[in-house]
Amino acid sequence: MTIIDKTADVPAPRGSTENSGPLLDVRDLHVEFKTRDGVVKAVNGVNYSVAAGETLAVLGESGSGKSVTAQAIMGILDMPPGRIPQGEILFRGEDMLTMGYEERRKIRGQKIAMIFQDALSSLNPVLTVGYQLAEMFRVHQGLSKKDAKAKAIELMDRVRIPAAKERVNDYPHQFSGGMRQRIMIAMALALEPDLIIADEPTTALDVTVQAQVMDLLAELQREYNMGLILITHDLGVVADVADKIAVMYAGRIVETAPVHELYKRPAHPYTRGLLDSIPRLDQKGQELYAIKGLPPNLLKIPSGCAFNPRCPKAQDICRTDVPLLADVTEQDGGELPGRGSACHFWKEQIHG
Amino acid sequence: MGRYVARRLLQMIPVFIGSTLLVFAMMYALPGDPVRALAGEQTVDPAQIAQMKKDLGLDLPLWHQYLNYLGNLFQGDFGTQIASGRPVADIISDAFPITIRLALFAFTFTVLVGISIGIFAGLKADTLRDRGLLVLTLVLISIPSFVLGYLLQYFFAFQLGWVDPNVSTEAAPGELLLPAVVLGSLSLAYVARLTRTSVAENLRADYMRTAVAKGLPRRRVIGVHLMRNSLIPVVTFLGTDLGALLGGAVVTEGIFNVQGVGYAVFEALRHREGATVVGIVTLIVVVYLVASLIVDLLYAVLDPRIRYA
Repeated sequence: MTIIDKTADVPAPRGSTENSGPLLDVRDLHVEFKTRDGVVKAVNGVNYSVAAGETLAVLGESGSGKSVTAQAIMGILDMPPGRIPQGEILFRGEDMLTMGYEERRKIRGQKIAMIFQDALSSLNPVLTVGYQLAEMFRVHQGLSKKDAKAKAIELMDRVRIPAAKERVNDYPHQFSGGMRQRIMIAMALALEPDLIIADEPTTALDVTVQAQVMDLLAELQREYNMGLILITHDLGVVADVADKIAVMYAGRIVETAPVHELYKRPAHPYTRGLLDSIPRLDQKGQELYAIKGLPPNLLKIPSGCAFNPRCPKAQDICRTDVPLLADVTEQDGGELPGRGSACHFWKEQIHG
Repeated sequence: MGRYVARRLLQMIPVFIGSTLLVFAMMYALPGDPVRALAGEQTVDPAQIAQMKKDLGLDLPLWHQYLNYLGNLFQGDFGTQIASGRPVADIISDAFPITIRLALFAFTFTVLVGISIGIFAGLKADTLRDRGLLVLTLVLISIPSFVLGYLLQYFFAFQLGWVDPNVSTEAAPGELLLPAVVLGSLSLAYVARLTRTSVAENLRADYMRTAVAKGLPRRRVIGVHLMRNSLIPVVTFLGTDLGALLGGAVVTEGIFNVQGVGYAVFEALRHREGATVVGIVTLIVVVYLVASLIVDLLYAVLDPRIRYA
C-alpha cells in the first residue's frame, strides 16, 4: 500500500492499429526439403499462435521440426531446397508468405527478431559486436555511425554486459559464452520488436548462466510486452518462463497445454515419456526412463500416428489413422481452455 | 606486433643467404663460362682466358667467389656484367620497373576479374552458371602460359591487328595489356576458384543466417558480412601471388619481347653471367618475402581472431 510498490512504467501495448487477434498466427504450415533421397517432410501442418506479452514454448526432440517452423516464420529458410507447399503465417493478420521480399525484410529485425542457439557462430567473427549491434539502427532507422554506436553501448548496458563502453569494440571471440548470448539478445531487442523467437537460447551455456540468461530474457519480455516463442528441449527452462506449451513430434504438434497443466496431467504418451525422462533426485538409484526407439525418419514418416512405433500404448488404430489435434476436456466434459492432444487415446492418458 | 615484424625481418637474413648461395652454386655448376662465351666461335689462346678468369676472380674456389660476391653486395655493389661491362645494378634498375608495371597490371586484372567471377559463381553454387565458370577456370589452369600467350598474340596482333605483337622498349601501358592478361590468367583461375569455394562455404555460415534475420538488405548481407569473411583466404593467396607474378614473367616477357626482369635473367643465363642472375633472383626473393610479410600482417587486420605477439 506504499508508493514504493508503484510499478514501473509499463509501455502501452504497441501497434497503432487496434488488433485484438493474436500477434502471430501460424496456420496449417507445411515445410518440406527436396533432397537426393526424396522429399523430407519437416513440418506437417503446424498451428500455433502467440499474443503480445505471451510466451509459447515449443518443445520437441531434435528433428521434430521446431526450428524449421521458426525459420519459416523468420523467412530464413534455404529455399531451395526448402519449400512451403501449404500454410499461412499471419503476423498482425497479414500473411507473410505472400509478401514481397522487401516488405518481409522490413519485418525481420524490426517486428520479429530471432535469438540463435550458438552465439559464437551466429555472430560475425570479423566484425566488432558494437558494429553488429549498431548495424540494426543504421539500417532500419538510418542513424549515423556515431549515434548508432551510442545506442549499441546503451543496449549492451541494458543486457548487463559489464564495462559496455570499453567492450563495444571487442570481437565476439573475446566474450564469454554467456556474454555472447547476451549480445545476441541485445541484437534481437535492439528495435524493440513485437515478437522474439528464441531458438534454444541457452543450450550452449552452462546451467548457472542458463538461468541468468533466461531471467534476463523473461524480464525484458515483460518490460517490452513482447510475444516470445521459446524453442527448446529443456523442460526445466520451460516450466519457469512459458505460459503455454506446444509439443512437437515428427513435424506435427501432438499436444498443447498451459504450462502447469502439461506437467500435471499430460494428455499424450509422448509428453508423458518426455516428463518421465527427466532425472529426479528422489528416484536416485533407479533406472532412468527413456522413450524407446529413435525419432522417425522424416523421409518415411510412419503411417497413422507418427509416434506409434515407440508408443507403449499403441493400438491398431494408431497404425492406420492419423490422430487430429482434438480438444481435451475434463472427465465430466468440462472445458480445459488451450488444451489439445493428437492421440486417439487422450482420454485414457489424461484421466486413466 | 612490432616484435613479430622484427622477428620476421630477422628471419629474412638466413633465407637471403641461403637463396643467394643456392643460385650461386647452381651458376657455378652450369657448364660453360662467361669468358668463353665472350669469345663466341673464335678460338682464343687458353692462356689469355686463364688470365681473364684470374682478373675477374673466377679461378677462385666456389666459397671464396661467394664470399667476394657477398662482400661486394653489402657495399652496395651488385657486380658488373662481363660481356657488356655494364654494372648489374643498372640492368636491374632498367628491367625492374617494366616488370613491376607488368606484374601490377596482371595483378589488377587477376583481382578484379578473378574475384568477380568467384563471387558470381559462388553465390549460385552448383548451378549451370557455376559449373560453366568452373570449367572455364579449369581450361585456363590447364593451358600452359606460352600456348595461351602465342594464341592471344596470333589472334589479337596478327589476325585482328589490334595490338603490336611486340612490346617496345618503353613498354607503354597500352602495350602491356595483352601480356598482363596472359601473365595473370593462371592466377585468375586460382583466385576465381578460391573465391568461389570460400563464398559458397560462408553462405551457409550461421552468421549469414543472423544477418538475414536482422533484416539487412541483401547488398549489405553480401557486401559486408559475406565478403569480409570470404576474402581472407583470397588475400593470402594474392600476396604470395604478387611475388610469383614478378618472378614468373620470364615466359610471357619472352613471347611479347618485354624488356623486363624475365628477359634480363634469360639473357644473363645464356651468357652465364652469374652476378646478374644471382642479383635479380635475390631481389625477387626479397620482394617475395616482403610481400608475404605484408600479407600476414594484412591477415591480422582482416581476421581479428589472429593476433601476432
